[in-house]
Amino acid sequence: MIDLGIVFSSVLNGLTTGAVYALIALGLTLIYGVLHIINFAHGASLMLALYAVYVLKQHWGIDPYLALPLVVPGMFALGYALQRLIINRASHGKDENILLVTLGLSIVMENAALLFFKSDTRTIDTAYTLTTIAIGPAMIALPKLVAFAGALLVSGALLLIVGKTDLGRAIRAVAREKQGAKLMGINVDHVYAMSFGIGLSCLGAAACFLLPAYYVNPQVGSGFVLVAFTVVVLGGMGSFGGALVGGLLVGVVESLGGLFLGESLGQIGIFVIFIGVLLFRPQGLFGAKV
Amino acid sequence: MTIDIKGGAKDLAGIALFVSLVAIIPLVTDSGVALNFVMMALYAALLSQAWNILGGFGGQFSFGHALFFGTGAYFQAMAQLNMGLNPWVALAIAVAGGSVVGVVVGALSFRYGLKGSYFALVTLAFAEVFRILTLSVPFTGAGVGLMLPLQESFANMQFGSRKGYVYLVLSFVTVALLVTWGLKHSRFGAYLQAIRDNEDSARAIGVNPFNIKLGAIAISGGLMAAGGAFYVQVFQYIDPGIAFGPATSVEALVAAIVGGISTLWGPLLGALVLHVLADITRNMFGQLPGINMVIYGVVLVMIVMFLPRGIGGLGATAKSVWVGVWRKKDGQHE
Amino acid sequence: MANMNNSLLSIRGLSKSFGGLKAVQDVSIEVPSGSLTALIGPNGAGKTTLFALMSGFLKPDSGSVHFDGQDITGRAPHLNAQLGMTRTFQIVQPFAAQTVRENIAVGAHLKTKDRRTALMQAERVADQLGLGPLLDKPASDLTVAGRKRLELARALATRPKLLLLDEVLAGLNPQEISEMIPVVRGIAQSGVTVLMIEHVMQAVMNLAQNVWVLAQGQLIAQGSPADVTADERVVEAYLGHGTAARLRKAAQAGAQA
Repeated sequence: MIDLGIVFSSVLNGLTTGAVYALIALGLTLIYGVLHIINFAHGASLMLALYAVYVLKQHWGIDPYLALPLVVPGMFALGYALQRLIINRASHGKDENILLVTLGLSIVMENAALLFFKSDTRTIDTAYTLTTIAIGPAMIALPKLVAFAGALLVSGALLLIVGKTDLGRAIRAVAREKQGAKLMGINVDHVYAMSFGIGLSCLGAAACFLLPAYYVNPQVGSGFVLVAFTVVVLGGMGSFGGALVGGLLVGVVESLGGLFLGESLGQIGIFVIFIGVLLFRPQGLFGAKV
Repeated sequence: MTIDIKGGAKDLAGIALFVSLVAIIPLVTDSGVALNFVMMALYAALLSQAWNILGGFGGQFSFGHALFFGTGAYFQAMAQLNMGLNPWVALAIAVAGGSVVGVVVGALSFRYGLKGSYFALVTLAFAEVFRILTLSVPFTGAGVGLMLPLQESFANMQFGSRKGYVYLVLSFVTVALLVTWGLKHSRFGAYLQAIRDNEDSARAIGVNPFNIKLGAIAISGGLMAAGGAFYVQVFQYIDPGIAFGPATSVEALVAAIVGGISTLWGPLLGALVLHVLADITRNMFGQLPGINMVIYGVVLVMIVMFLPRGIGGLGATAKSVWVGVWRKKDGQHE
Repeated sequence: MANMNNSLLSIRGLSKSFGGLKAVQDVSIEVPSGSLTALIGPNGAGKTTLFALMSGFLKPDSGSVHFDGQDITGRAPHLNAQLGMTRTFQIVQPFAAQTVRENIAVGAHLKTKDRRTALMQAERVADQLGLGPLLDKPASDLTVAGRKRLELARALATRPKLLLLDEVLAGLNPQEISEMIPVVRGIAQSGVTVLMIEHVMQAVMNLAQNVWVLAQGQLIAQGSPADVTADERVVEAYLGHGTAARLRKAAQAGAQA
């Protein structure tokens, strides 16, 4: 007999992880929606952000949540620079090239991290790492609850930026019709770079929320890449709502999968979803028809 | 389907020359370092040639080619360990296994029209699934992997010195070269490249994209699996990370791009260049973990930025520039 | 109406909608064997959609397509090509990375498995269409006119019974157009049935035996070039509602003056 309490706990945990997945996916789907590129370096970039949070804590004693004002703009700058200086130059207008460049970047990032930090898995200790809160029959770690709330807040902020600001309007214009936006005087290269920067800054925020309850090593990036893509593809490429819903769904599926099949095999659930969606409903839940 | 032997004679001569030259190397040197270099460079070339068939000629970039590599490796190991079969027989099974997996993944992907980034992602996902499965299932040795007992003999495909392995991998590379050559000078290859360059145009003039792509992935998978089988014979060990991890997928891909995709010699050239680069790096920085891959990644980005047709493409660019200059001299223009 | 028995291509009641948009409504066309037929109409009339439906790139919502006596409705394009129906595209789509010879050879391979034969046939077809000197150039090096000829050559190499030409003259200057018209006539005279979508009226008047007029997804007229261009409904479709009456009035006023 399945203990409903354990299932409930698993679902809640899945939701908290899912919210962070959603935040990660939001960045990815923004980048796809505006630049129409699939950023293979997304996972590796998250890994770099995680290391940044780690270093800030270990060497300067800065609490991860307090590090937000440092890491988020830092990741934004990285994203802006990468897009403007490398990805833009390398594309030559062909999709395959962008694919290869982002792959190349992810390889460089992952192995540079391996070079500097070695392959050890690292975690941080904070005052609240071990605190748990009771919700019904479940005990949820405090960092996870903070992650849940934080991820939703940042997602909300992102949606506000894209929906209500001038920059957001420019972004949406470029996403819909690049040539038209150019004719209106919008600096498309700048908007591209801003969008990429925003996409990566989501990762900065996600890293701050993630590290207290998680860990970092050079390979975490690849783990997150496929999850992020699954969420985006499930929710629909370019759809923000889809990324949110998809993220939560994937988080829950992963958690339940781990509960019933064990941690390794539970991961397969995600890939099965991914492959299934790509084959049978490539536009995802909310995306435009591919 | 008949191959244009007359038109492909030059390429064929080139292949014969290349193979002869490399075959001489183990006869004139006993240096372990040199032989190891040649063996690993040829091994990398094999993987890259396999990738090139689907990626370069077919235009379908696979980011998870390790899927076929690992399949071949595990089949090679398990056929010997679990079924007691001779390694040469196991090789046939390994290659067949790689092809079959290719056909299954290909049938799913192409039936549902997956292209470009989506296809790349799907291959990545499949490779990961296989990695997790082999990690979790006991009869593949799970995380511990599989080990082949040492028993050196030709019949057992284990050779005392590197020389034997050099000839073994050279024979695989020769097959890959001949297959690529055949592709380049046959209708199948013409159809495959037509699909790559413009699928709709190809359909309008009678090409069946599904069947052709399926053929390409079957060949590509089979060759890649041969690489996996070779790995197992040389290192006598395989585990899920080595078999299905991203390193192999990336190496195969980068070498082909660097050397010049969709050419006969590109993958070989790229594999050689990357290996020389890796050696230089090792001599300069020692055995730093990850330094190789950093270089590969940087090279990939640089090539895509500045030399999208790879090093081999340099030749094509130079030729067209030369021809252009020559023509202008004659006062001709289009 | 053309004799149904002579029709190489016979379309009956073909319809296709995209969402709410009725791109093609209940279109029926007969293309006699050995003829050169033109399909004209203002932009957005649905002509290219019709080609896509005929050749199998799109499946119709209703109606049928019969080719050479067989029902090929909804069949895949490559199968139709194998039966003898080849189409070209409005926006030329060469195999850019390959040479002119290699491009045409892909077409020739429909009839021969042998690589050598296909390459030689490609040369022959290239010579026929004046592409001989360009045989070893990459397709991406050609001008627009060159690429149009290449597209034509590639289609011809498949030895089709029916050639669907989608605006083969679009983007050509007057000189290039006058050079291309005899090429198309030559193809038709060699026994290939041609159905062409065209905007260039000079070509339509010069080449076509029958003309079908499509406007807003529906057939509005059919006949010889002279008949069709004099037809009021055709004038209105191109120039707007009421134009025919205005033109007539103006002509009458001019006659009276």
